[in-house]
Amino acid sequence: MNWIIRTLTSSVGKKVLMSLTGLFLVTFLIVHLIGNLQLLYPNVLSASEKFNVYAVFMTTFPLIKATSYLLYGSIILHALVALFLTLQNKKARPTAYAVNGNAEKSWASRNMGILGSILLFFIIMHMGQFWFQYHFGGNHPVMEIDGMTYKNLYALVATTFSVWWFSVLYLISMAAVGFHLWHGFQSGFQTLGLNHVKYTSLISLASKGLAVFFIVGFSSMPLAMMAQFGVSNNLDEAATKVMNKSIKEGVEWKMTDWSNLKPDTKWDKIVTTNAE
Amino acid sequence: MSELNSKIPEGSIGEKWDKHKFNIRLVNPANKRKYTIIVVGTGLAGAAAAASLAELGYNVKAFTFHDSPRRAHSIAAQGGINAAKNYQNDGDSVYRLFYDTVKGGDYRSREGNVHRLAQVSVNIIDQCVAQGVPFAREYGGMLDNRSFGGALVSRTFYAKGQTGQQLLLGAYSALSRQVATGKVEMFTRTEMLDIVKIDGKAKGIITRNLVTGEIESHAGHAVLLCTGGYSNVFFLSTNAMACNATAAWRAHKKGAYFANPCYTQIHPTCIPVSGDHQSKLTLMSESLRNDGRVWVPRNPEDKNKKPSEIAEKDRFYYLEEKYPTFGNLVPRDVASRNAKYVCDEGLGVGATGKAVYLDFRDAIKRDGQSRVADKYGNLFDMYKQITHEDPYKVPMKIYPAPHYTMGGLWVDYNLMTNVDGLYALGEANFSDHGANRLGASALMQGLADGYFVAPYTVGDFLATQPYKTEDTSHQAFTQAKQEIEARIKKVMSINGKQTPDEIHKKLGRIMWEYCGMSRNAEGLKLARVEVQKLREEFWNDVKVVGTENQLNAELEKALRIADFLELGELMILDAHNRNESCGGHFREEYEINGEAKRDDENYSYVAAWEFPKNSTGEMMTGDPVLHKEELVFENVKLTQRSYK
Amino acid sequence: MAEQHNSYKIKVWRQANANAKGGFKNYKLDGVSTDMSFLEMIDMLNETLVRKGEDPISFDHDCREGICGACSMYINGHPHGMLEGVTTCQLHMRSFPNNTTITIEPWRAAAFPVIKDLTVNRSAFDRIIQSGGYVSVNTGNARDANEMPIPKEIADEAFEAAACIGCGACVAACKNASAMLFVSAKVSQLALLPQGKAEAQKRAENMVAQMDEEGFGSCTNTGACSAECPKLIGQEHIARLNREYLTAKAGSDFVK
Repeated sequence: MNWIIRTLTSSVGKKVLMSLTGLFLVTFLIVHLIGNLQLLYPNVLSASEKFNVYAVFMTTFPLIKATSYLLYGSIILHALVALFLTLQNKKARPTAYAVNGNAEKSWASRNMGILGSILLFFIIMHMGQFWFQYHFGGNHPVMEIDGMTYKNLYALVATTFSVWWFSVLYLISMAAVGFHLWHGFQSGFQTLGLNHVKYTSLISLASKGLAVFFIVGFSSMPLAMMAQFGVSNNLDEAATKVMNKSIKEGVEWKMTDWSNLKPDTKWDKIVTTNAE
Repeated sequence: MSELNSKIPEGSIGEKWDKHKFNIRLVNPANKRKYTIIVVGTGLAGAAAAASLAELGYNVKAFTFHDSPRRAHSIAAQGGINAAKNYQNDGDSVYRLFYDTVKGGDYRSREGNVHRLAQVSVNIIDQCVAQGVPFAREYGGMLDNRSFGGALVSRTFYAKGQTGQQLLLGAYSALSRQVATGKVEMFTRTEMLDIVKIDGKAKGIITRNLVTGEIESHAGHAVLLCTGGYSNVFFLSTNAMACNATAAWRAHKKGAYFANPCYTQIHPTCIPVSGDHQSKLTLMSESLRNDGRVWVPRNPEDKNKKPSEIAEKDRFYYLEEKYPTFGNLVPRDVASRNAKYVCDEGLGVGATGKAVYLDFRDAIKRDGQSRVADKYGNLFDMYKQITHEDPYKVPMKIYPAPHYTMGGLWVDYNLMTNVDGLYALGEANFSDHGANRLGASALMQGLADGYFVAPYTVGDFLATQPYKTEDTSHQAFTQAKQEIEARIKKVMSINGKQTPDEIHKKLGRIMWEYCGMSRNAEGLKLARVEVQKLREEFWNDVKVVGTENQLNAELEKALRIADFLELGELMILDAHNRNESCGGHFREEYEINGEAKRDDENYSYVAAWEFPKNSTGEMMTGDPVLHKEELVFENVKLTQRSYK
Repeated sequence: MAEQHNSYKIKVWRQANANAKGGFKNYKLDGVSTDMSFLEMIDMLNETLVRKGEDPISFDHDCREGICGACSMYINGHPHGMLEGVTTCQLHMRSFPNNTTITIEPWRAAAFPVIKDLTVNRSAFDRIIQSGGYVSVNTGNARDANEMPIPKEIADEAFEAAACIGCGACVAACKNASAMLFVSAKVSQLALLPQGKAEAQKRAENMVAQMDEEGFGSCTNTGACSAECPKLIGQEHIARLNREYLTAKAGSDFVK
C-alpha cells in the first residue's frame, strides 16, 4: 500500500484529497439545502411536521448515518490537509513581496484559506447549535406527530434564526460558502485533471451557479424565519415568539430533555419538564 | 603551398562522408568510459554534441556561462531549419541543398563539408521530431515547410517563429537526460577563459565560476568549442548580450588558426536603431520576406508621408524590380546591400532615414489577417512591443544589422582545429557557409556538427589517444591558471574612467563604419589604427567596479571586450587582405553594377590566420600570419552569382 | 507616440550575495527615453552607479528578445511587469508614467534562492527537466519524421506548451511559489505527442517528485501563473499533468 501513501502525500496527491473531500462536501451541501428547504413551508404546523420527520429519517436511516461519518471525516481531512498545504506553501515563499499585484483569477481563489477558516468556525458553531443539541440534548420543545413524540428541531432552528445577530453571522458564513465554492468547485475538477475545452467553461459556470444557489438557498432560511416569527434580540425572546406562534398555528407544545428521548416514545408519556 | 590539411576524404562528393565514416577508427564501447571530453557551450552544437557523446559512453564535462543550458542564444533563431527532405515534391534533393549552400556562400566554402551538411540535414529533422520538437504541421498531420532566401524550393521546417527555441530545447532535453544518467557533468555559470595545451594537444580548460569568482582547471582528452559567433564585436547586433568570442579567441592565442574573420553576415530584416540607449538589435525573421514586400518611396519627398498615402506607382519595390526571379527572397547579403543602397540614395524612411518598409498589406488583403497572424503572429507582436506600431496596419520598418559570423576557428573535415584534440563546432567554426550563410542553415549546421559529425570524428581522434591523461596538477594547468588570475587582477587594477560598455560601443562604431556592410582599403587601414588605439585605451583607462570574488558582470564584460578588441583588428586585416567582394564581405573597390565581384583566381582560398608569434603580454602586438587553404571545386561551377 | 524623457524613482532590492541580508535601495533616474526597454533603463542606471564606483545592480538577462528566459524581474507587483504576454526585456518605458516609483524585486521562492540583487538561482528547473523532461531517444535511432502523422491541432497544442521559456514567472507569480505550470508545460507537450507517450506516465511521476523535492509550493488553481506567463501557457496543461500523474499512479504497472 506504500504507493497510495506516496501518491497522497505528494503535492498533487494532497490536492486530490482536497478535491475529493471538497467535492463530496458539495454533494452533501446540495442534499442538506434541498432537505432544509422544507423549513420554508409557510404553514408552521406542516413545516414542523415535515421537517422533524425528515430530521429523524436523516439521523436514523443506516445508509445516511454511515454517510454522515464519511462526511465528518471529510470535513476533518479537508481542514487538516488544507492546514498542512498552507504551511507548506508559506514555506515555499519565505520572503514576501513588497508590492503584490494579485494576478489571481478571482479574489476567492486567493483567499481560500481565510474562507475555509470561517467555514470551519461556522461548522463548529452550527453543529454545536443543532447537531449537538439534537443528539445530546438539553431542554427543548417536542411535538406530536401521529401519536408519537418528535424533537421539534424546527422550533430550535426557528428560534436560533430569529435572533438577528446570529442570522447575520450565519449570512456571512453563507457568503463564505459561496465564495469558497466559486473557486473551489471548478478547482476540484481541475485538480482531478478534468479539464476540457468543451466542458471547462460549463464547470466554471456551474461553480458560480452553485455558489449563488447556496448563498440564496441557505440565506433564505434565516430570512424566512425572521419573516415568520419576527426579529428578536436574544434566544429567550425568540423562543417565546416561536412558541406562541406555533401554538397559535396548532402545534401542541411540550418541552423535555432531548437526551433522554427515545424515538418510540408515545406523545402522552411526555411530561413537560420545565414549561415556561 | 598550403600547409593546412583539410583532410577531405577521397571519392565522389556523394561518397565522401559514407566512406569516411567507414574508415575512421572506432573506440571499443567498454573503453569509451575511459575518455573525458570537454564541451564548452551548450547551444545547439554544444548540447547536441555533449548529449550524443555521452550516449556513446564517453564522460562529458559541459560548460556554460548561463544559469542553464537552455538559455544559449541558439534559442533566439526564429525562422526555421533547412533539410533536403523533398516532402513538398518540388524538386529538392541533397545535391540541390548542397548546390544552393555553396552558391549562397558565394563559392567560398568547402564542397566536402557542405555536401555532408546537406546529407545529414534529413537525419536532423528525424531526430528532432523523435525528441518531441513540435514542428508546424499540415492538417493531414504531415510536416509543413516554407521557403527561405536563396532557394527556389520549400525545404524549411519551422515551429512558428520559435524554431531555434524548439530545437534547442530538444537538444537541451537530450543533454538533461545524460546529466541525469551521470554521463554528463554540467557546469553552469562557468565561463571558459583559456585552453590548456600539453605537448601541442588540447588537454583542458581554465574556467571562472561566475558566482564565486573561483578560477578552476578541468582536464580531458579532447576539447570541443561550441561557443558561437562574434557579431557582438559590433556592439549592436542581433546576438544576445553575453555572446562573445573569448573561447575562440583564447584558442586562437594558443595556436588555433582563425579563418575568414571578415565574413560577417548583416541580416536584412532587423528593427532599426532608435537611439543611443540601444543595447541590442532585434531580428525580424527572414521568413517574413515570404509574404512581406520590401519597398521605399520612389521620390525622396515622399519620405515623410504616411506609407498608406503613397500611391502604388510611387513605391519602389527594389528587390522585386532588380531580381524578378528571387524577388524579396534574395539571399541575405544581397537584400542587406540593396537596403543600404536605397538609404544611401536618400530614399530611406523613418526618423533616421535608415530604414525600409516591409509591407504586409497585400498579404493581408490576399490571405486575411488571421492567416498572416497564424504564420507570423508572435513576430508581429514583438515588433509592436518594441516599436509601438502595429504592423497589421502600417508597414514594418527594417534595416540590416550584424547577425551571424561565417568566419571562425579553422577546422578540417573532422571539425578539428589545427591544434590536436581541439574541435570547433557550429558558428564557432568557419566551415560550411563560405562568405554568406543562407537563412535556416545555422540551425542545420549547429545540429549537424553536434549530433552527426563530432560523435564520429572525435572518436576517430580518441582512438589514437592513451587512456591516461595529465590531470590538473600538471604544470601547464597551474601556469595557465596563474596567467588568468594575473590577467583578471590587471583588468581590475586599471581603475580608469571608461566603463567596459563605453569602450565596447566605440569598438562597435569603428567596426560598423569601416568593416560593416561595405568596406574599402583606405577605411580598413584607418580602422586598424583606431582599433589598436582603442585597445591601448582599454588597458589604460577601463574601469571595472566590484571585486573578482563575486558575481561581477562588469568584469565579465571587460574580459570579453579585451578579446573583441584583438579580434576586431584581425577582422579588419582579413577584410583588407581580401581584395574581392564575396557574400557578406563587400569591398567597394570590387563591384559590378552593385553586385559583388569575386576574384576566383586569386582569392579562392580560406584565409586562416595565426596569432602573431612575437606577441607577448596581455595585448596583441605585431602582425598575424596568413595561411591559405585553397578551395577546390569539383562539382559546382564557379559563376557570378545571379538571383535575377 | 513620440519619444519623451521621463524621470523615475527606482526602488530596487539589493543583496550582496546569497547569505547577506538584503534591503531596498532608492535611486532617482532622469532622462529616461520612452523608447528604452526596461533593461536598457537598468543599463542606464547601472552606468551611473559604475561611474560613481558603486556596484551595479546584478540581474539575469541575455537575448533581450523575449525568448531565452533569463530576465526575471518582479516589477510593481508583477513578474515581467504588468503587460500581458511580455518578458521584462520586451517591456518598454513608455508603459511607465512619468515621475512614478518603480519597485523591482527578485523572484521570491525558497526554491529560487537569491544569488545577488535580482539574480536568483533557477537550477531547480534544470533538475526537474533532468528528472524526466525528455524523450529517451539516442541520436541516430529516429525513424523518418513523417512516418507518424500528428494532427495539426495536437502539434499546435504541444507547441503552445513547448513555448515555455523556463523563466520562472509562474513560480514568482504564484502565491504558493508553485512550479506546476512549468512542469505541466513539459509533461503536457510530451504527453500530447506520440513520441513522448511511451514514457508519459513515468515522466509525470518523476517530474512531480522532483518538483516536490525542490521545495516548490502546491498548486491551488488560482490561475496567477497563466495570467503572468509571458508565453500565456494555459491552465489546461496543469489539468493534463494532474491527469497524467493520477492515471500513472492509479493505473500503471510500473509507476511506483
